Amino acid sequence: MNNLTIDLALQPSVLDAWHVALGATAAIAILLTLIFMLAWLAARSRAKHVAQPQIKVVEKVVEVEKIVEVSKPAVAPEPIILKEASSDAALQLLAILQKEARFLDFIQEDMTAYSDADIGAAARIVHQGCTKAIQEHFVVEPVSTLTEGAPIVLQDGFDAAAYRLIGNISGSAPFNGTLVHRGWRIAQVKLPQLTQTHDAHIIAAAEVEL
Amino acid sequence: MSNPRYSVGIDLGTTHCVLSYLDLHSPEEQALPTVLAIPQLIEPGVIEARQQLASFVYLPHAVEIAEGSSTLPWTAKAEYLLGDVARFLGAKTPIRLVSSAKSWLGHKGMDSRQPILPSEAPEDVERISPFTASAAYLQHLTAAWNFQFPEHPLQDQQVTITVPASFDPAAREMTIDAARSASLAHASLLEEPQAALYSWIESNHANWRELVKVGDVILVVDIGGGTSDFSLIAVTEEQGNLQLTRVAVGDHILLGGDNMDLALAYTVKAKIETQIGKRLEGWQLQSLTHACRSAKESLFNQPELQQIPIVIAGRGSSLIGGSLRSELTREELTRVLVEGFLPQVDVSEVAISRPRSGLRSTGLDYAQDVAITRHLAGFLSRQASAARDLPGFTDGNHASFLQPSCVLFNGGVLKASILAQRLLTQLNLWLNTAGAEPARLLAGTDLDLAVARGASYFGYVRQGKGVRIKGGLAAAYYVGVETAMPAVPGLAPEIEALCIAPMGLEEGSQIELPNEEFGLIIGEPVKFRFFGSKTRRDDSAGMRLEYWNDDELEELDEIEISLPESGYQAGEVIPVHLSVLASEVGTLELQAISRRDGQRWKIEFDARLAELI
Repeated sequence: MNNLTIDLALQPSVLDAWHVALGATAAIAILLTLIFMLAWLAARSRAKHVAQPQIKVVEKVVEVEKIVEVSKPAVAPEPIILKEASSDAALQLLAILQKEARFLDFIQEDMTAYSDADIGAAARIVHQGCTKAIQEHFVVEPVSTLTEGAPIVLQDGFDAAAYRLIGNISGSAPFNGTLVHRGWRIAQVKLPQLTQTHDAHIIAAAEVEL
Repeated sequence: MSNPRYSVGIDLGTTHCVLSYLDLHSPEEQALPTVLAIPQLIEPGVIEARQQLASFVYLPHAVEIAEGSSTLPWTAKAEYLLGDVARFLGAKTPIRLVSSAKSWLGHKGMDSRQPILPSEAPEDVERISPFTASAAYLQHLTAAWNFQFPEHPLQDQQVTITVPASFDPAAREMTIDAARSASLAHASLLEEPQAALYSWIESNHANWRELVKVGDVILVVDIGGGTSDFSLIAVTEEQGNLQLTRVAVGDHILLGGDNMDLALAYTVKAKIETQIGKRLEGWQLQSLTHACRSAKESLFNQPELQQIPIVIAGRGSSLIGGSLRSELTREELTRVLVEGFLPQVDVSEVAISRPRSGLRSTGLDYAQDVAITRHLAGFLSRQASAARDLPGFTDGNHASFLQPSCVLFNGGVLKASILAQRLLTQLNLWLNTAGAEPARLLAGTDLDLAVARGASYFGYVRQGKGVRIKGGLAAAYYVGVETAMPAVPGLAPEIEALCIAPMGLEEGSQIELPNEEFGLIIGEPVKFRFFGSKTRRDDSAGMRLEYWNDDELEELDEIEISLPESGYQAGEVIPVHLSVLASEVGTLELQAISRRDGQRWKIEFDARLAELI
């Protein structure tokens, strides 16, 4: 925070400290969210590559078991099939974020040389665009509608994917706790359709002015 | 179309089209207009369904669009790139973007069937006509509908297309022709302000009768992206039931939300140019307009904000380094939009109009005076006695302007409560000065979708359910005839205006003018000067005006009668008289009838069109 104030003193600008702090916080928040999203998408597409050899291994096991089958009938273990994330959807989201928010431009740019005010200005474009893109393509709602900080009771059989227990986890349901984060759930995804020939790997076409 | 299942309303807007539908088989209280999500390309290869179809066509270069990337759910290759994709591509290549086709349909002195758009396009771009563009939007909507309702093709449904109340007969006929070319042979027209009022009635259900009373005059103010439109609708009584009668419509004013965004952009542009010491380029202005639009919305929605930073990003991939910064302040917003477009004026003021300079390029006839309040003041003053003749109405103790008692707002611009409030305050100030009660605001409609929703509700009304707004022809029409006077050398012969259709002529009525005989020569087209008046409500068909004030009669495009040679000798003179029909679909049909054998010929509204054939 000290550094931030010094920067401002050196560089008078139209943005006051509060706005710069806000801008910077917003930028960091967006960055974190999106980096998280991308990491998640990347992990899923990596999972796709990992999944392939695994399935092959399973096939081999099955072959071995065929031989065994003659002498001793045994229950074959269920082959493990991991869900494959479509890379098209991930690329599509990237393209939307680039179109609306100049997202890749922002992430790919080296920001060390720029002042906080410059970065704050760019963060505005990214923030405005991301908000628009997310609102248009996802219906976002909190997992819990309670106020953060309020007491919450989780009954036996609660959805462990939607509610994560943290801290002193012991005992049995019902669990009495405090809601720390409301969580987010995507109630609806409205991604555009793509034509057969559309190359989703082009996130933004190179522009050539005549 | 014996038993249509749906009533479909199409708002064929200057900047957006919306389609709404209503199931005619459901009981009245459950019949709710639904807005169709229209699949459209949003950029090459990407399709999304949206409630609005942007009214733009982009004419790509042959190498510009990759093969297969203009596919739509119903066709492998779209004939025209229209909707959001057109706006997306056109933002960077404006010379290939067709916009405001609808304003060209209503533009006098220009043939809307000629390929003239985009007007700035270089020679090698194959241009299209405003008519073709309008037809293309309708074709897209038809295809989108038929894709979703294959069992109920649109041509078999009851289709209503909305037009500005100020559209003249030629523009209305052009709209019906565009519908026909999209296979919508049974479409009918409805004036947009009326559609907005139908939407208000529909959203208030039976309750609307409690909200208005006999003697009320409702002012409908519709400020859209490109045009502003005013109408007056009176509440009357017939056999104990409330009736609605449209008594007046305003002029076609090319002034709307786009002008406002542009005005803001130029304000900020001046600041940035002083700051950086050089002029902004076209693409920067485009991006600035976009930024100003969202800054405007933020300032309108958050009254506590005093300014919004404006950032123009560079075109290259460097976002932080390539940006220009400025801000839009609340003071600028108020000065430019509220004081600029809605200044407080006296009700006796009239909109300023300078004669155009001689070397005017063939562009649209944009309003010269941006003060919407002044246009409104002029409209109310001209229509001071519009409701005079209705039962239960008086001349408003000889007021100098018509005093509306209710206001209905429509159009995206008036979603900003500051602007809507300002307009209402101004109106009430006029009323207060004149000693009248303040006008009541009729609320509860969606200002973006009301016209389409109201148009689909109108289909219900046409089946005899609910109240129908009456009104008939929005203007009286005249042809110019030469007076029988000795010719004066050097002077054009004096003309008289022969009234051929009185104001308020109801749909379905026909008028013949047997006493007015003309001699037409076979094989030689004859042109007539054509006039309309939105204020002369007492002229009956057959009346001749020798004198009129300049602001009473507006000259429209010439009309033409062309008699083919079939059955006659070239050069033969045939005596004819005129017949006028206010058709059920909302157009005006003029015919010449032979006195000799009763044969009929259609009279074309567009003289230039007939010349070309």
